[in-house]
Amino acid sequence: MAALTEEQTLIQDQAKSWAVEQAPVQAFRQMRDSGIAQRFDNTTWSSMVELGWTGILVAEEFGGSNLGYLTFSVILEELGRQLTASPLFASALVGATALNIAGSPAQQQALLPKIVDGSEILTLALEETPRHAPEQIALSAQTKGDGLVLNGQKTFVSEGMAATTFIVAVRTTGGITLVLVPAQAPGLSREALATMDSRGYAQLNFDNVAVAGDAILGTLDQGGEPLQAILDRARAGLSAEMLGTGSQAFDMTLEYLKTRQQFGRVIGSFQALGHRAASLFTTMELSRSCAEAALQAIDAGADDVPLLCSLAKCRVGEFLHEMSNQLIQIHGGIGMTDEFDAGFYLKRARVLETMYGNRSYHRDRYATLLGF
Amino acid sequence: MSDQDLNAFQEDAAAWLATHFPASLRHKIGGDFETNKEIAADLEVWRQRLAEQGWGAPTWPRQYGGAGLTDPQAKVVQEEMRKIGAANHIPVIAGMGVTMVGPTLLEYGTEAQKQKHLPGIASGEVRWCLGLSEPNAGSDLASLSTKAVAQGDEFIVNGQKIWTSGADISQWCGALVRTDAEAKKRDGISFVMLPMDQPGIETRPIRLIAGASPFCETFFNDARADKTDLLGDLNDGWSVVKRLLQHERQSQTTARGGQAKEQPLYDVAKAYVGVTDTGQLADADLRNRLASHLMDAQAHRLTIGRVTAEAKGKVEVSAAASILKNSATKVAQTKSELVVELMGSQGIGWEGAHFKDEELARVREWLSGKAISIYGGSFEVQNNIISKNILGLPETTQKG
Repeated sequence: MAALTEEQTLIQDQAKSWAVEQAPVQAFRQMRDSGIAQRFDNTTWSSMVELGWTGILVAEEFGGSNLGYLTFSVILEELGRQLTASPLFASALVGATALNIAGSPAQQQALLPKIVDGSEILTLALEETPRHAPEQIALSAQTKGDGLVLNGQKTFVSEGMAATTFIVAVRTTGGITLVLVPAQAPGLSREALATMDSRGYAQLNFDNVAVAGDAILGTLDQGGEPLQAILDRARAGLSAEMLGTGSQAFDMTLEYLKTRQQFGRVIGSFQALGHRAASLFTTMELSRSCAEAALQAIDAGADDVPLLCSLAKCRVGEFLHEMSNQLIQIHGGIGMTDEFDAGFYLKRARVLETMYGNRSYHRDRYATLLGF
Repeated sequence: MSDQDLNAFQEDAAAWLATHFPASLRHKIGGDFETNKEIAADLEVWRQRLAEQGWGAPTWPRQYGGAGLTDPQAKVVQEEMRKIGAANHIPVIAGMGVTMVGPTLLEYGTEAQKQKHLPGIASGEVRWCLGLSEPNAGSDLASLSTKAVAQGDEFIVNGQKIWTSGADISQWCGALVRTDAEAKKRDGISFVMLPMDQPGIETRPIRLIAGASPFCETFFNDARADKTDLLGDLNDGWSVVKRLLQHERQSQTTARGGQAKEQPLYDVAKAYVGVTDTGQLADADLRNRLASHLMDAQAHRLTIGRVTAEAKGKVEVSAAASILKNSATKVAQTKSELVVELMGSQGIGWEGAHFKDEELARVREWLSGKAISIYGGSFEVQNNIISKNILGLPETTQKG
């Protein structure tokens, strides 16, 4: 990554060696084969908590280090390279961001220290339809006293089986409202979604789930704007993870081009493949610039965060889409086998692409933001 | 240099410009300013003042006609000029001198060569062209056949060059010539500098698909180059030209268009295509492709910024220059294709009053832009460079 500070470089080195040693793709394979319900390994997760990664977006008064999104993302990139499964993104990025942006002091005091020490896992319960549509949230929330009663479904909830508290986006009379709902709330049930990337997602059913007024995150009916701000930070973080996944796929492919022999020479000496590698490299470098610009803009509090986050999610998405296909194609038959890791990268690539808006969603949003 | 020093420098630069830049030239330096007779006299005054200040090639050492400025200082000068509608036109009137020949001379030239050639370039008095490509040596430049034979204190040069931009108006030429026919093709090439005003050189302008062009064919018929004007070692011209072309790529990495005052492409599109009642471009397919293009353009600009930030404090030309050339090419050519397409039947004009000047200019720019993926190492050659030099893939497709 570009022009990192000394501290960021240290964290990057630490994350790289930790991921390679403690949570490499072989560990992901073991986790998948074990069939564990929550879809990540508890020892891995505890180790991340001990390293302090859960506190990077949390203020020092709540036990965090407050180092910002670019710093968080150098870790996500390394985890993306190894396909390390954990609730780090869902809880310590999305969850902490939601509390930072919309939480009351009491809510922050109650939850942020627990995100940091890992005793709570937060996640955003957003999607209701197959396509990302945060403006069209329909989950019903009836007013009852100063609180709300929720009825409906949420799907594609990241780490939904392991989460202890959900940030639920609901439709209230005057707009969208964000609500904190404990996983144990009466009337709330969850089912695991068996997704192709073997990671943890859940579908949630709300059957007259009652929450008190102090569970509302931010202001009643005014959740639409903070939701977009939370989503943009999530998209930038995802872009970093996707960049890591794609960069690893690129490195694997390049290594194979240099070692696999056919027709008496290494296949990387064929110009058709050399040019494909050059083209993928160019796309990778261009998309890296977009992801970094989005993260830097968030840290700097710049005005063009929404535009840059859509640019990043779309451009990194295009790189990863093409790269994951070429990972299989260039590896040939071995790439099709489950024994080889290429399939993990392809499947994870598509899930990441779908999360919080795919390429066409963000291309459309980019055009709309520019005014055409 | 501290920010404080840079601020002081900025004030000095602004003060100097306020008293030395002729007001008559404000916003006039651009386009076809070289043929604008009304400003010719003031332009010459401005050239002399720039040259005296060393600002024609501001980062070059003072003893060679530069001002010895740091990159940030040179940027300040450029920015101060932009603010008042001024510009440094010496890099334009020196042809390939300031952007390519000069930087290469600074690196490979002898002290005598630097003293002889650099001041004329920095002052804009000597225009340079480059004789590299030949009719049968385009992308495969190393197969060139223009010959130079040593004779006494001189080389005698025979052969033909093509795409010698500005050859018909240049005073000097840097040429790649074969000096050893027996060696492997890259090992028998030298880089010589020779004056254009001599009986053995003839130039012929080339008309292109977009109309008149700066390009020429240049014929060498017993042309003479002084042996002291050999740049780099004999038969080591390939290293010299590789460096020269890096400087060329560096100067080409800014995508054309996207200049500050230009109307945004989506506004041009709205004017021709119309909008829906929600304000979206009426042609949904064009809207998608336009958004994709604008994303490419922004990704390219961000990458230039990133490369600059990463290179902070380093002087060498970054390897990423190869990536930026192809990226710039794609952005520029896609933009031209889109703008011609969205103008519909107003985008098919060649000349005449039925078409607006800017419509005709866009058509010509689209046509001349086809060269961007050909010159300075074609799109395909750039991909060879990336796969071999940056990714370390083996080379088997090129011989010699």
